[in-house]
Amino acid sequence: MSFELGDAWFRYPRSGEPALRGVSVEIPAGSHTAVVGPNGAGKTTLARLLLGTLRPQSGHALFEGRPAADWPRREMAKRVGVVAQGGPPVLPISVSGFVEMGRNPYVRPWAPLGEEDREKVSGALRRADLEELASRSVTELSGGEVQRAKLARAFAQDPTVLVLDEPTAHLDVAHEMEIFRLVRDFVDAGGSAVTITHSLHLAGRFADRLCLLADGLLEAAGSPSEVLRSEVLSRVFDWPIEVVALDHAGLAGLHVVPVDRDQDPTRSEEPT
Amino acid sequence: MRRRRNRAIGILGLSLLLVVAMAAALAVGPANLSLPEIWTALQPSAGESPARAILLWVRMPRIVAAALSGAGLAVSGVLFQALLRNPLAEPYLLGVSSGAALGAVAALSLGLTVGPVGVALAALAGALIAIATVFRVAYAAGQLDTRVLILAGVVVASFFGAGVMLVLTLAEGRTARSALLWTMGSFGQASWQMNVALAAYSVPAALAAFGLSRHLNALALDEESAAHLGTEVERVKKISYLLASLLAAAAVSVAGVIGFVGLVVPHAIRLVWGVDHRYLIPMSFLAGGSLLVLADAAARTVAQPLEVPVGVVTALIGVPFFLVLLRRGYARKPL
Repeated sequence: MSFELGDAWFRYPRSGEPALRGVSVEIPAGSHTAVVGPNGAGKTTLARLLLGTLRPQSGHALFEGRPAADWPRREMAKRVGVVAQGGPPVLPISVSGFVEMGRNPYVRPWAPLGEEDREKVSGALRRADLEELASRSVTELSGGEVQRAKLARAFAQDPTVLVLDEPTAHLDVAHEMEIFRLVRDFVDAGGSAVTITHSLHLAGRFADRLCLLADGLLEAAGSPSEVLRSEVLSRVFDWPIEVVALDHAGLAGLHVVPVDRDQDPTRSEEPT
Repeated sequence: MRRRRNRAIGILGLSLLLVVAMAAALAVGPANLSLPEIWTALQPSAGESPARAILLWVRMPRIVAAALSGAGLAVSGVLFQALLRNPLAEPYLLGVSSGAALGAVAALSLGLTVGPVGVALAALAGALIAIATVFRVAYAAGQLDTRVLILAGVVVASFFGAGVMLVLTLAEGRTARSALLWTMGSFGQASWQMNVALAAYSVPAALAAFGLSRHLNALALDEESAAHLGTEVERVKKISYLLASLLAAAAVSVAGVIGFVGLVVPHAIRLVWGVDHRYLIPMSFLAGGSLLVLADAAARTVAQPLEVPVGVVTALIGVPFFLVLLRRGYARKPL
């Protein structure tokens, strides 16, 4: 088990409603788990508890059996690579300098990067297809390139687990696919990943397990076909949603289709 | 690769600049010593002579004090700018200088002290009180809130500034003048004794800051990303604040208030060699030292036989430079 939340509650200081209200999830090693849910459901808070940057006020949040917030950051960073949300980078450093920061947990203070560190950095750049951009400033990258650079930085940490918070927000279809593909490859090579995303169909396609959060509660968890169900999604997102199984041109998957409110079959049958 | 070589050249060039500046400053002063005279007087075999005494006991302590203070102030500036994520942050922003000034001015005006070492100690005490006050206010529940830190620092600075005014108003004319001169900065009181204390403070603090440079780079992204890259964010913030404050306090105790070094030097280095703290810190150390050595040499010579306060010289250089930076929109860029 890589991550484990048990009846975890969290309320931000000076806010009325708890962001998480007793969530229990287990995230097994070697799988890709997607966390989905409406805006404000508590997805990012959940990630922060898993990563130990927040500590649950009651319940527990464990990473490899130890409370996540008790991990020395350096040790955590050798195991978990994070692609966090956040705007475009503002610090004018080169892409390779940016990716080198992934070696921070391994390099002693006052020491330069070692041979192994350099290899990991160039490996990460290659994996994320950034070799040609290595000397470019991160402030000049496009949205898709920035996300790839963040992913490369996480790869350079040589982690066993990746945690990604909306890695494909504002990206077009091609870049979205690229990122999910890279994460899927990472998991297929023996890693684990937790991805927070709004993209229900990519989650259904690339993740092994889904956790559906709403209003600080875990509404459903399981395989994509268990979680992506019309009545559950329609209720949670408060919008009529159809789930269509599609097997077209060798592309098997669930397609999540929001329906127009007017065309909602359940509504049109209501007496006027 | 080009960049890396540029930085290596930069470090070498700045080291050379510091050595040259210190050597040149040795030849400058009210006593007219020619270069051959200096050379002979400094030979280890040379006996005691007035020239040797001037060089060893007047000029050298001053030069070393200026180099150490400038280096410390510049590194302090780097740390404050990284910690507060604010390009305008400088060593004195958070009340360090006002605290030190009140300590020194009070000591001078009330005649409580014996000699320059006493004044330096009083200044250090004032600076430490200001630092501790600001830290107490901004540090809560294991976290250092940098927004509170700025506000508390600026307000504490005003408070101690008012204290300085009050003491100056009440002081007698002669002591008031020497106190006022102190607040403008001078290395006139430098001694080997003080330099030993200054070096014992600044050199380890600058080395410690250099050891933090990877963490400071990560913090420049944002606090959450830094944590995910293995930085103990709160610990690094706390240590940076204390190192930066102590570096500034040490400099201000020895030399009085010297503005702009901590602001101008790091920005100039960033413009030329980039924002990586692994280079920014050692380069600022070298350049800050050189700048104050040269400024002090200028302060000693431009208005002979009068000595201009070195704080005046750095401000006169610093303000136009900073306005140019502003004009170029540099201050709007982060770090």
